[in-house]
Amino acid sequence: MPVLENVSLHLHRGQFAALVGPSGAGKTTLLKLILGTLQPTHGEIYTHGKLLQNGQAPRVGYVPQLETVDWNFPVTVEQAVWMGQIGNKNIWPWMNVQERQQVQVMLERLGIAGLAKRHIRDLSGGQQQRVFLARALISNPDLLVLDEPTVGLDIQTAEMILVLLAELNRQGVTLLMTTHDLNAAAAHLPWVICLNQKVVAQGAPEDVFTESILSETYQGKMMVFIHNGMMFIQQKPHGHHYRDLVPEPVPGEIP
Amino acid sequence: MDILFEPFQFEFFRNGVMVSLLVGALCGLMGVYIVLRGMSYIGHGLSHAIFGGAVVTYVMAWNFYLGAGLWGFLAAVLINQTVRRTRISADAAIGVVTTASFAIGVALISRYRHFTRSFDAALFGNILGVTVEDVQVVALVTLVVILIIFFMYKQLLFTTFNVEVAQVYGVKTEWVDTLFSLALAATLIASMQILGVTLIAAALVIPAITARLLTDSFNRMIILSTLMGMLTNLAGMYLSYYIDVASGATIVLVQATVFGLSLVVSFAQKRAARRLTHTHI
Repeated sequence: MPVLENVSLHLHRGQFAALVGPSGAGKTTLLKLILGTLQPTHGEIYTHGKLLQNGQAPRVGYVPQLETVDWNFPVTVEQAVWMGQIGNKNIWPWMNVQERQQVQVMLERLGIAGLAKRHIRDLSGGQQQRVFLARALISNPDLLVLDEPTVGLDIQTAEMILVLLAELNRQGVTLLMTTHDLNAAAAHLPWVICLNQKVVAQGAPEDVFTESILSETYQGKMMVFIHNGMMFIQQKPHGHHYRDLVPEPVPGEIP
Repeated sequence: MDILFEPFQFEFFRNGVMVSLLVGALCGLMGVYIVLRGMSYIGHGLSHAIFGGAVVTYVMAWNFYLGAGLWGFLAAVLINQTVRRTRISADAAIGVVTTASFAIGVALISRYRHFTRSFDAALFGNILGVTVEDVQVVALVTLVVILIIFFMYKQLLFTTFNVEVAQVYGVKTEWVDTLFSLALAATLIASMQILGVTLIAAALVIPAITARLLTDSFNRMIILSTLMGMLTNLAGMYLSYYIDVASGATIVLVQATVFGLSLVVSFAQKRAARRLTHTHI
């Protein structure tokens, strides 16, 4: 059974879009196809009008899920960002003056200039995400692809990262990200793509995040609320609500 | 001072010291990548595979270095391709490929029992057998491996850190892995004479993990691991000479002692740091 079928997507320059859908919907597969690490069995992928051919790396910056990073790897912030300059002609195993300046400028742009010499493990979740954003942006890519950039982050840090992404988008960076956080996508992203083996719908969140489209995407009853102009999405609980089963809350006690 | 210079009157010791310093540097350098890739078992497995190759080259009367080197390289490539193209995990692939290769060697030895004793050196290391030709070959291998690591530094660093992301950024990770396999096979061949098949894995891993305990910097880890490999090999050589024990065993025991001491120092540093940051409410 194919993971994805009849997927036709067009991402415009300067767009900021989120791929949403349940686990197993094919979000990561689609990202890998765009990144060139997987080849489609049928069909073609074009970046900037150029056909993406087998084994060819597109000019795409990639920010993987933080959970896939080996945080014990002995590498500093500066070195991690330097990896993004792998396409440079520098054959020596050290940064040249120009590369060092570019790394410094990128760290300043993302507000982590003071952390250049720190080990990547010794950073907060938000700072770690900024490091890998810096690595992705330093090669000046046509498109920035992020795999669940807010997963594992607390609500405030996640908000900060999405604001930062929106700011990068305003500066002209085209972004495509996957996320399970529908509320954050509704609040921050101008374009969403609902995926479940095929593109169910795409458009502005207010047009796409409807109960019928979301229920079709997630194969379950979804509810959409508007409060103070903000959109909130919730799956309708199955059967009894937990609070119906336990009417009296059990008080906690500090010994 | 006599203790230091007395052994140098013997040619075998002079050759042995030169080879052990080169092998120490090689194993220390390659060990960093092996440890960080979580492939510690590959040194152990591949050295056994090369043993099979060594027996085959002996039977076929081929050049030992070329025959066993090619055998080891093919075994490493076979492991890499099995892992990349199937759902078989690295440790299982290493287990199958290298043990089968080792079994070929054992089968040939049991078939032609008359040359069994010749492979003691390959199994356990024998510094007495180091010739000037061996020194030249090991020096050449060391030079080539250093050049590979020097000019492939960025690609190796990125591939070791995250192979999938490196691929997205245009690193030809399959080529990097193939080149690395070649360098690893050459390192193992070069180290076999002095350390023996059974002990190479330890010499590859111990300097690197000791260095990892002492630093959080990749560059410093490379330098520390390389120096530690050289110094512990030198100390092991002296010890081997004076207590009359196989060189491979003394080298690994010296390295294990240094690792144990580093572990104690590392624990003490962490406890001291915790005590400093601990606050009473």
